[in-house]
Amino acid sequence: MSIYHQSKKAVVNTLIHLFLLAVAVTCIYPLLWMVASSFKTQGTIFSDISLIPRQFHFENYYLALTKGDFGRYFLNSVFYTVSAVLGIVFISSLAAYAFSRLRFPGRNIIFAVFIAAMMIPIPGSFVSLFVLLNKLHLRNTSLGYILCMINVGLATSIFLLKTFFDKMPRELEDAARIDGCSKLGIWWNVALPLSRPVLAVVVIFNALNVWNEYVLALIIFDSKHLMPLQRALMLFRGEFLTNYPLLMAGLTITALPIIVLYLFMQRYIVKGVASAGVFG
Amino acid sequence: MKIRSALENYGFILPALSIFAVFYIIPFFFVLRLSFFDWDGIGRLSSATFVGLGNFKEILLQDPNWWQAMRNAGWITFIALTFQNILAFMLAVACDREIRMKNFYRLIFFIPPILSEIVVGMVWRFIINDVDGANIINRFLAQAGLAQFIHNWLADPKTALTTVAIVHSWKGFGWGFLIFLAGLQTIPREFYEAARVDGANAWQTFRKITVPLLMPVIILVAILTILGTMQAFVLILGLVGGELAGHTSVPVLRILDVMRDSSRFGYSCALGINLGVILVIISFIQYAFSNRARALTQDYEHIPSE
Repeated sequence: MSIYHQSKKAVVNTLIHLFLLAVAVTCIYPLLWMVASSFKTQGTIFSDISLIPRQFHFENYYLALTKGDFGRYFLNSVFYTVSAVLGIVFISSLAAYAFSRLRFPGRNIIFAVFIAAMMIPIPGSFVSLFVLLNKLHLRNTSLGYILCMINVGLATSIFLLKTFFDKMPRELEDAARIDGCSKLGIWWNVALPLSRPVLAVVVIFNALNVWNEYVLALIIFDSKHLMPLQRALMLFRGEFLTNYPLLMAGLTITALPIIVLYLFMQRYIVKGVASAGVFG
Repeated sequence: MKIRSALENYGFILPALSIFAVFYIIPFFFVLRLSFFDWDGIGRLSSATFVGLGNFKEILLQDPNWWQAMRNAGWITFIALTFQNILAFMLAVACDREIRMKNFYRLIFFIPPILSEIVVGMVWRFIINDVDGANIINRFLAQAGLAQFIHNWLADPKTALTTVAIVHSWKGFGWGFLIFLAGLQTIPREFYEAARVDGANAWQTFRKITVPLLMPVIILVAILTILGTMQAFVLILGLVGGELAGHTSVPVLRILDVMRDSSRFGYSCALGINLGVILVIISFIQYAFSNRARALTQDYEHIPSE
């Protein structure tokens, strides 16, 4: 290749990197700023706008966790996320296994209804959920919220797992059956361990979804001690409207776990988006 | 024996089916039914007044707030379809090349989508809003000698909606980026080789190979953008809160307000159905388009092999 072509390629590559880097900076800057501001005080937050504060003030976190009660909200969010994700994993993999492997009348129709539910948006559904949960005495309860969140993740997870089971070779299941394994045993001992890669996708997307959920938490919870972080943040803002460092500490507490989870499970997210494009 | 086996098999789907029936199917029909009633959500449902198609008539003829919210969402969707998706597409094309730090960029670009709308809204409000001189964008403009562009972005009704749309695009472009990138990686490299041998330049290759082969993916991203953006509203709560209500209101926010503030449960259900029907119609149009696009690209696929 000629020197002309080589230098032209180098220029083009540099320009592309500049473009990509500029966008990358806009992605990270607000987060760095959020974390930096959470260590400042009301007095320095607007005078010292550097990303590395001159003095680190940890008392914002102390205040957020005690006076702001963020310790409790954090544990609530963890509890709702873990419960809903566990529920989704068990319930949707059982159903997906049945839709893929077992025979029973109405199988295709019931599966089609689940898929239709994935496609048809009902923007007003929280109105009727509010009424329904009131009737069932499940409003303002943890159980009501967890069941709603399981329902939100169910259809897509069943779809992903069924697609996986359909492609899975049957030999291992046949061997287990010959060894006298029950259907439930085959699901638990053979199908579930084999589907680990797709289960990881199901777990991470549903965990993000439950952790970040706001509107159901808004209509379901009246009692503060039951609220998850997202809901509590909006209340918190109302109470501490002008205490920005404190609010930034609350936001950091809310965002950090999800960023850490993402950094560890990133390849499953890429796989999930690439293979399906169905979430979101 | 056969019946017992079928019953056993139903057991596998029973948990999923019961949750789905209670929390999806029943609310679905409940929304349909409620939309024909005038009900405050407090008294017994049997005491609600049946108003027939009255709610829908009111939506179509006497609810300027609703259609204003619809226009606002339409504007945000327009910016998401153009600015956000073109940006996502350009980034994906750039990352599809043999380029260093590809994985780093991919890691970073998907950070905004994993954050909650509440967090994104509140952090950006802090950066954009003019409370107590916090506005980082304005400080940046002043330092860059562009003081004449300093503006109260969120407080001014003229710029508030576009500001919301840009933050929405910031949060959302990572989705399009990842889907486009996955699509680009399915295009066989030989096509590019063949084009290069035939003397095509980069632009011709892009226009004649990349764009047509990616058309189904482009349409998929477009429809996901429309469905997602027309229903977005939590970001606005975090970013703007209750201020500027009319200027940055969107349909789902109206549904929530009508339910909570005016206690008109029947009417809010009718609003939900109105939006749902519009979204389903858009989906169907997209479906027809993507079938046509698929047919076109399939014709096209024969050309290089000849």
